[in-house]
Amino acid sequence: MAKLTFSIGGIHPADKKLAKDCKIETLPLPPKVYVSMFQHLGAMAKPVVTVGDSVKAGQIIAEPGGFISAYIHSPVSGKVTAIGPRKDLAGFNQMHIEIEVQGDEWAEGIDLSPELVTAIPEDRDFILDRIKMNGVVGLGGATFPTHVKLNPPPGKTADCLILNGAECEPFLTSDFRILLERTDEIVVGAAIMQKVLGGCPCVIGIEENKPEAIEAVRASVNRLGYPGIRVATLRKRYPQGGEKQLIDAVMHRQVRSGGLPIDVGAVVQNVATSLAVYEAVQKNKPLVTNTLTVTGDVIDPARQHNYLFRIGMPLSYIAEYAGGVPEGTVKIVSGGPMMGKAIANLDAATVKGSSSILYLGSSTLRHAATPCISCGRCADACPMGLEPFLLKRLYDAQDIEALEKNAAQDCIECGCCQYSCPAYVPLLDNIRMAKAQVMGVIRARNAKK
Amino acid sequence: MTNTIIWTVAILTCLGLLLSLVLFWVASKFKVEEDPRIDEIEKTLPGANCGGCGFAGCRAFADAAVKAGNLDKNYCPVGGSEVMNKVAAILGCEVKESAPMVAVVRCNGSCANRPKINDYQGAESCKVKAALYGGDTGCLFGCLGCGDCVAACAFGALSMNPETGLPVVDESKCTACGKCVAACPKRIIELRAKGPRGMRVFVSCTNKDKGPVARKACSAACIGCGLCEKTCTHGAITVADNVAYIDFAKCKLCRECEAVCPTGAIHGVGFPKPLDKEAVKKRIADRKARAAEAAKAAVQPEVKKEESNG
Repeated sequence: MAKLTFSIGGIHPADKKLAKDCKIETLPLPPKVYVSMFQHLGAMAKPVVTVGDSVKAGQIIAEPGGFISAYIHSPVSGKVTAIGPRKDLAGFNQMHIEIEVQGDEWAEGIDLSPELVTAIPEDRDFILDRIKMNGVVGLGGATFPTHVKLNPPPGKTADCLILNGAECEPFLTSDFRILLERTDEIVVGAAIMQKVLGGCPCVIGIEENKPEAIEAVRASVNRLGYPGIRVATLRKRYPQGGEKQLIDAVMHRQVRSGGLPIDVGAVVQNVATSLAVYEAVQKNKPLVTNTLTVTGDVIDPARQHNYLFRIGMPLSYIAEYAGGVPEGTVKIVSGGPMMGKAIANLDAATVKGSSSILYLGSSTLRHAATPCISCGRCADACPMGLEPFLLKRLYDAQDIEALEKNAAQDCIECGCCQYSCPAYVPLLDNIRMAKAQVMGVIRARNAKK
Repeated sequence: MTNTIIWTVAILTCLGLLLSLVLFWVASKFKVEEDPRIDEIEKTLPGANCGGCGFAGCRAFADAAVKAGNLDKNYCPVGGSEVMNKVAAILGCEVKESAPMVAVVRCNGSCANRPKINDYQGAESCKVKAALYGGDTGCLFGCLGCGDCVAACAFGALSMNPETGLPVVDESKCTACGKCVAACPKRIIELRAKGPRGMRVFVSCTNKDKGPVARKACSAACIGCGLCEKTCTHGAITVADNVAYIDFAKCKLCRECEAVCPTGAIHGVGFPKPLDKEAVKKRIADRKARAAEAAKAAVQPEVKKEESNG
C-alpha cells in the first residue's frame, strides 16, 4: 500500500531513535512525589485531600476545576505532607500536592493483573464515565481531556478514529516501545474508543521507520479480530504526528481555519492514550503511569532508557537513577527536540504528559540571528501553509488585524520554520506571541457576541 | 518643431490654470471649519506623539482639550507644567498642578545580587521570555534584562547597564510618558513623583514570594519582614503579598525605612548626603525608648491609684 503523508510543507530531521532497542523498565518509587494540579489542558484541578491525609495509589486526590479539566489520582500510597506552590519545569509556580511514599498499596477496585481483557463493555456511558473518573488525558502532548474529545457535540459524528503512532519527533521512542510491548492493549483501547464513537472505522497510523511496530500491530489486529481496524504506513516526515497533518494524510480532508477535527469527522488519539483508555476501562486503573525516554546526543548508548514512571516523580530523581546528567550537556529538554520545552528547573515533577528527558549537546545551541534574506524556506516548510516571515514582520509592527487575516492563529508551533531558516531568525518565538495576541482578540470578540 | 513646443506649453498652462480653479472651488466649498485653537495648542505641545497623555497623539490631545474646554482630564507629562500653562492660556482656563513624575525601575536583581540558574537563548524580547518560562534567575518577578523598555522609550531615557543587567533611567530625559511601564511584562517600572529636588525613597523589588524563597533567589530582595512598615511614623508603607510598597504621597523622606531594611531593598536617591545608617538607627531607638518611658509613666499612676484604693 502507498505510504500516506500530508500535502504541504514539512521537514526531514535526522531520525536519532537511539533508545529504540531499550525495553521499558519500571522505575522504583522515590521517597516523595509532587503531583501537579495543572497537568492537563483547561482549568486547574482542585485538591480534595488535606495535609496529613493517608492516600492509596489510584485514589482521587483532585477533582476537575471545570468542564475541560480532569481528575487527578495519587500515583503512590503514603501521606500528604504539603499542598502549595512549587516550581514546574518552566520555573513557574504551580499548585502541587506533596506525598511521602509509604509502601505501595493500591486503592480497591483496581485490577493490577497483566491478563488481557478483550470483552468490551456494551454501555457507552459506562465507558465514558470510566475514562473520565480515571483522569485520562491525551498523551500526544496537548493533554486534552479524553472524555471530552470522545464525546462529540450533538449533530457531529465521527467518520474515522485515527490512532497516532507516528512519533515523528526525533529521539523519542516511548510510543514505539509501547507499540511493541503492549500491542494488544493498545488495539483493545482502540476498539473501546471505536465503540464510544459509534463504531466508526479506526486507522492506526505508524511511520515507516518503525517496521517492527507496524508488523506487531498488524498481527495483533488480525489475531484479536475487532472489525474496522487497519494499520496505515505513514511516510517519515515531520510533523506527521500533528493532528491536522494526520487527518490530511489518512482521510485526505483539511480542517478549516479555526475548526476542530470533529468538523471533518475525525477524532485523533495518541497510542499512549489508547493504552490509558484500555487500563481505565478494562482494569479501572487511573492514569498515574506513563512511559518516558531518557536519551540524547551526548549520552552513551548504554545509558539510554525507556522508563515506566509514576506521575509526580521529580525529573531529577529519574535523571539520577539513569546515571546523572551526562558530560557535555548544554540543554535538557522535556518532550521532543522540535516541540519540547527546555527544562529550566530539573527538580520539577513529571506530569501525565511527560515524554522524555533529552540531553542535548552544544551542536543544538542557537546561532545568533541575522536579518531575514526573504528566501521563503520557512513558507515552504510550514505544514499549515502560513508565511512565517510575514507573520514575524506583522508581529514586529504589531498589526493584529493583519496577523489574523494571515492566520497566525492556525500555527501549530511545530517549529519547521525556525528549523529551516538559514538566517536563524527566531520565527516561532515571535509567531507564538502573535498567535496568543490574535487568540485573545478572537476570544474577546466571541465573548461580546 | 518650435510650434509643437509652443502648443504643448500653452495647453499645459491652460490645463493647470483650469484645474487650479477647480481645486480652489472644491477647497472653499468643502472647507472643514476647525477651531484655530487646536492648531495653536498642537504647536505648543512637544510634538513627540508619544501617547503618554492617553491620547493617540498631540493633535488628538489638542482636539480633546478644546472640545472639553478645560484641562481637568488632560495633562501632557512630557511638556510638564511649563507647556500646560501655555495651553491653559490659549484655552483661557486653569491648569491643575501635578507633581513631575519619573520612571523608576523597581528591581535591584543585578548579576551580583541575583545569580543566573540557566542561560536564555530565545528571541531577545522580555515579552517572549516572560511567556516562555520563569526566567534565567530564581526570581519570578524581577527584570528579565532583554530591554523591551529601552526599545519602547521614544526619548532615549532608558539604557541597559551591562554591569548590572538592569535598565537605567536618565532622569533628565525621562518624560514620564509611561511607555516603558506598559512595555515591561513583569510590571517592574513605575511612575513615581520625582520628589523635592529629586529626592525620593522607593522599594526596589516586586518579589511576591515568601521571604526565604525571595532571599534565596536574590540577596537584595524584599522579604516582606515588615520592619519598614513598623518603623515608618507617617503610615506611608504597606506590606502586601510579601512585598513592601511606599506611597510617595505620604513619604516624608526621613529615610528610616532605608536604614532598617535588612536586605537593602529600599533605595533613597537624589539625597545630598549618603545615609548614615547607625545615626538613623540610634534615632529610632531613642524615639522608641522615649515612647516606652512615656507609656510606663502613663501606666504607673493608675497602678498607684489601684493600690490606694485597695
